Amino acid sequence: MSDYKSEPIKGTQGDVQSHDKKQSWFYSDIVKEHFFNPQNFLDRDPKEGEFNAIGKVGSPACGDELRVWMRVDSATEIIIDYKWKTFGCGSAIAATSMISEMILEKNMTLEEARNIRPQDVMERLGGLPARKFHCSVLCDKATRDAVNDFYRRAGKFDKIVVEASRIICPVTRVTDRDIEEAVLEGAITLEDVQKKTKVGIGNPGVLPAVEELILFYKEKYFG
Amino acid sequence: MKKRQVYLDNAATTPIDKRVLAVMKPFLTDDFGNPSSFHTPGKVAGDALDGARKQVADVIGARSDEIIFTSGGTESDNLAILGFARKNQNQGKHIISTKVEHPAVLESLEQLEKEGFEVTLLIVDEFGRVSSDDVVTAIRPDTILISIIYANNEIGTVNPISEIGKQIQKNRTGNFPAFHTDACQAAGALELNQEKLHVDLMTVNASKIYGPKGNGALFVKRGLKLQPLQFGGHQERRVRPGTENVAGIIGFTEALRIADQQKDEESKRLIKLRDYFICEVQKLIPKTRLNGHPTERLPNNINISFMDIEGEALTLYLDAKGIYVSTGSACTSASLDPSHVIVGLSLPYEVAHGSIRFSLGRSTTKKDLDYVLEFLPELVEKLRKISPVSVDAKYFK
Repeated sequence: MSDYKSEPIKGTQGDVQSHDKKQSWFYSDIVKEHFFNPQNFLDRDPKEGEFNAIGKVGSPACGDELRVWMRVDSATEIIIDYKWKTFGCGSAIAATSMISEMILEKNMTLEEARNIRPQDVMERLGGLPARKFHCSVLCDKATRDAVNDFYRRAGKFDKIVVEASRIICPVTRVTDRDIEEAVLEGAITLEDVQKKTKVGIGNPGVLPAVEELILFYKEKYFG
Repeated sequence: MKKRQVYLDNAATTPIDKRVLAVMKPFLTDDFGNPSSFHTPGKVAGDALDGARKQVADVIGARSDEIIFTSGGTESDNLAILGFARKNQNQGKHIISTKVEHPAVLESLEQLEKEGFEVTLLIVDEFGRVSSDDVVTAIRPDTILISIIYANNEIGTVNPISEIGKQIQKNRTGNFPAFHTDACQAAGALELNQEKLHVDLMTVNASKIYGPKGNGALFVKRGLKLQPLQFGGHQERRVRPGTENVAGIIGFTEALRIADQQKDEESKRLIKLRDYFICEVQKLIPKTRLNGHPTERLPNNINISFMDIEGEALTLYLDAKGIYVSTGSACTSASLDPSHVIVGLSLPYEVAHGSIRFSLGRSTTKKDLDYVLEFLPELVEKLRKISPVSVDAKYFK
């Protein structure tokens, strides 16, 4: 299986600025290396029986969609292969590439992979622009989705972990916990919370529920 | 060897033309006077300002007293919308515009809604054009202002401003509704004569026509009243007080003169390049969509959606090759919403996320475009390989 390779590009090349000039950002060299030279992505359709766990998060309407395919050793629950496809911006592609490396280099078990937090991926990437963090690190969610999928297929229903928090937006998989965190970080309008989480972008049906939650947490924390 | 650089973001801004810089220079150093001062240096500056005003007036077929110098397109749009609506609200509080305006217009209208005005935003056809019939149908007895973009900054679609203006004139009583157009992208490419366009207010600016940033003008037809947005002096007929940016105004004026003078020749050259590039992209890359009108579009504007990929990622890949473009993707905006213009064409979000604007300029050559065409197919192909998405075939041909 050959992954697409290109000349890795380092340094200050490849930075962009927001077109409305409200904010600019710079990606770290590690982010750029994974973006320009992504690792472990699936450059074709999966073959029948090649993988035994599949995970998905996001939709193209909200700007990011991730899919992951894993081959897991049933006896040891070690992830032997981890492939992915991502529709998204530079940081989304880099983050997915990075998590694949983190999982494969350490021969992680399902349990270990499940415990990877977005912060862990970001740390390995050498940081991400603040406004990119919530919306582009979705790879941990896609991975957990695949872990559950493995247990579902294996009939080990007791091992499926339903996200402790409640998913508010099925498209972006933003949970009530994500919204609580956004409010705590100072986002108290729908617009601000959307900037942080992308909740409801391309899926406006969930907005009334989101607004209700914002109000709830706002009153809870800021009276 | 120095890496080749191809700047294809001329709709964002252009460098200053050397001829423009040359006429500006004296007013930054030797002829620094304040046009309002009662002495020789003041008179020198004042005379230059008068000359500049006359020059702008000549280009758009207006009188000198109908030109107000501003800090650029955004201020001109703000002044036209907010200034006119607030001053004339006793005549009615309804305004008509479109969903694909520049934010300088749309956000001014949002502000007016907070002040009790009612706004009708017309939808556009699949190419981004407004129909004059729709405009006329939307006119109510209390409509005081209609604002429609001349040439769209994102997709380059040119609206039939002259026809719309004619229809508005036929369907109005007295001065209302007045007709404003944002012509920021039109200068140097399209007809700017206010009489031929049948407009009452028109925004023009310098930074897209090789003039200094932060300079523009608003044409205000004689007899129309505006409420100022700032206070503190008699300049610009008290509508836009503050010491004039003389050097900037001189530069803007010269830039406008040059742009208008070489309009026909340059447009012909750019249209050839534009159509060549569009044709080649469609030949070389499957699953693309030209956003905007195929012919009724700015000579320098190319806006293409590359299906199944995300615009920021492609922008970065192009940047690494020294190719500079812009995208309607959400990822490069502060709002995380994709381009309102492309979504305004009744296209799904994923098409807007994959849109790239290539805007050509005076320095653009066929060689530049061939350089882009050399890399674009493989970069698109690479991102498509990574992508799990497949956009519905009905959105591209």
